[in-house]
Amino acid sequence: MYRSLFISSGFHLGIIILSIFTLPFIAKKPIDVPPLVSVELIEIGKITNIPFAPKAKKIIEKAKKKNEKLVSEQAPPKKVKKEKNKKVNLDINKEIKELAPKKTPTPKSEIKKIKKEKLDSIALPDKKTENVPLEEEKKQKPSKEIKKDKNLKKNTEKIKPNIEDAKVKQVSEFEKKELFDPNNIAALIDKSKEDFGETNKKLNKITQSQDSSMDFSKLTLSEEDALKAQIFGCWSIPLGLPYNENLLVRIKLKLKPDGTLIKTEILDHARMNMPGQGFFKVLAESALRAIQLCQPLKVPTSGYERWKELQLNFDAREMLGG
Amino acid sequence: MKIIKFFTFICIFFLLNISKSFSLIEVDITRGNLNPLPIAVSPLSQDNKSKKIFQKKISLDDLGSEIAAVIENNLKQSGLFNPLSKDAFLQKPDIAHLKPRFEDWSLIKAQALITGKVLIENDKLKVEFRLWDVLAAREMLALSFTTVPSNWRRVGHIITDKVYERLTGEKGYFDTRIIYVSEEGPKTQRIKKLAIMDQDGFNIKYLTLGNELVLTPRFNPTNQMVTYLSYFRNLPRVYLLDIETGTQEVAGDFPGMTFAPRFSPDGKKIIMSFAKDGNSDIYTMDIENRIVERITNHPSIDTSPSYSPNGKFITFNSDRSGFQQIYVMNSDGSNVKRISFGKGLYGTPVWSPRGDLIAFTKLHKGKFYIGVMRTDGKGERLLTENFYQEAPSWAPNGRVLIFYRETKTNDKGEGFSAKLWSIDLTGYNERMIKTEKDASDPSWSSLLSN
Repeated sequence: MYRSLFISSGFHLGIIILSIFTLPFIAKKPIDVPPLVSVELIEIGKITNIPFAPKAKKIIEKAKKKNEKLVSEQAPPKKVKKEKNKKVNLDINKEIKELAPKKTPTPKSEIKKIKKEKLDSIALPDKKTENVPLEEEKKQKPSKEIKKDKNLKKNTEKIKPNIEDAKVKQVSEFEKKELFDPNNIAALIDKSKEDFGETNKKLNKITQSQDSSMDFSKLTLSEEDALKAQIFGCWSIPLGLPYNENLLVRIKLKLKPDGTLIKTEILDHARMNMPGQGFFKVLAESALRAIQLCQPLKVPTSGYERWKELQLNFDAREMLGG
Repeated sequence: MKIIKFFTFICIFFLLNISKSFSLIEVDITRGNLNPLPIAVSPLSQDNKSKKIFQKKISLDDLGSEIAAVIENNLKQSGLFNPLSKDAFLQKPDIAHLKPRFEDWSLIKAQALITGKVLIENDKLKVEFRLWDVLAAREMLALSFTTVPSNWRRVGHIITDKVYERLTGEKGYFDTRIIYVSEEGPKTQRIKKLAIMDQDGFNIKYLTLGNELVLTPRFNPTNQMVTYLSYFRNLPRVYLLDIETGTQEVAGDFPGMTFAPRFSPDGKKIIMSFAKDGNSDIYTMDIENRIVERITNHPSIDTSPSYSPNGKFITFNSDRSGFQQIYVMNSDGSNVKRISFGKGLYGTPVWSPRGDLIAFTKLHKGKFYIGVMRTDGKGERLLTENFYQEAPSWAPNGRVLIFYRETKTNDKGEGFSAKLWSIDLTGYNERMIKTEKDASDPSWSSLLSN
């Protein structure tokens, strides 16, 4: 008797609980879930395969220049940043002083100065642009500066009286007054080391996850495209080559960090002087000319160890319809 | 045991890492530009003594500049080179010939440089030239030629051939001549003469007087012999003409109408078509013993035969399928295969000296096309289209075609003209070749310096 009571009450309870929990959901309409769209995230750096249109490039450069001017004229940079930069470069402080006025003159006067430096040769706009990254490199090279940091501690004591003299003499100079706090140099040097590492990483746009997952046997898509696009423009394919031959030349390059050439090597060099392979020589020479014409190559800004040796496979079959 | 396993694991790990760090990054460059190569042709230098002699003998003040102009023009006409303006040159010709300042030449964007020197030695003209790779800063080629002073234009052509071959990988076609039919007078009463000129349109010479009608002159690929068709008493005859000696002879009397004679690649036979018993077929004739051999035997009209460069095959056009199409057969007439299957009519097939292509004329919807196709008929490419154009002839390197083009006449029958044109295999570099009078039926010679 009791058993049946328990069973029936249990069933009833179950039905009540089920109805409480399920009925409101049954009343609801099924949710329309949109189909999943897979999105592949590819990092496209400043250097992509499509070069800026010349007009657009000029406009962007102008805009950049304007921004720079605005910063220098209206809002002086934050004290902390300046301190970091200048204290790291204490040894080359004189260079900074010399460089500072060079930034202000108009482009025309810059060209004149370059002309004076190169007596016989006529200055090319390309050469001017080549110099720019070199200056940046000087600032960015961590190894040199870390070495200098060691010397800094030793030099600070020697520099102290000079700096104090300078303080007296150049009271009116706002920036220089703020620069040096000899008591905090050591601490700031340590900070600068850390900051430098951070800024360097930011510049290279490499996150920790990317760092670990980076394939060292390849360039990224955007890096490869940038290099390809550059060489496509430089390579004049010899149109007289026979269609049906093996039109592939492999060239190994040794590069400097700025993309200029140290050494080139044709991998199938033996074919150059083989009878009946005259076309190979012509093709190889055209490839070498393209590399010479393109240098400095548009190489990635980071990971020099990765690409200091590159192999370029020049394949004319596609172009010559073979 | 565990230690050994651990050790091997470590070793494998390191090996994998080493292999990873040593793998070289490869980048495939599959595209390039087809822009003409910027080249600087420095005027050839000359000393004062030689200058006076040149003035006396060939009445030219600056022979060095004249030869450089010939080279420059040839390179420009090829479409593969972009000769740079002399105004931009920074280095003097005589110093540049000794040792170029490569920075100066790369500054004006030159990738190759030609320098040279002309002088008189034992009353003969001696021309030296060097080809420099500006970007690699090294010499690529250096040669010298000696000839009679009046032959200076040919020296320019030979230098161009050498430069072209060194930079493109294929033989040049500049030291060649073109034979054609020079035309003048109203369309109904044309006076047609046989004429010959250099490939750049200079040194035109007339070989016949214009009394008889001349047609289809063709060069022997091995020497300076020409075969052509001339009407004598209203009957076409095949003639052989030696350009060097000027001697001319009738190749043979053939029954009925004879068409389109052409030499075999070894120059020992003439292949042609002639109508016998109302049926036109292809025949060959041995030049030495004059033995005629029949190649095709078909009730249709077979004409315009042309040998492959190895002499094993013949291409011709025939209407055996109902319409005029291009066929290929073995040199003995066996294994005839139709290779053209496109819309329209196909004619005048000519086998390329390189052996890979057949050039043809196509008529479709009232327009004439010059095109090329592979020897199996695939890969047909039409290079140029016009109101009327035909008779393509290959340059000896198989890269350029010459043909003639006629313009429309107005209602009064005026305004008609026929001119020679050249086009390269890309189809982009189309140029008119200047001739004194109207011109048709061109044929390109082989290289003279071979």
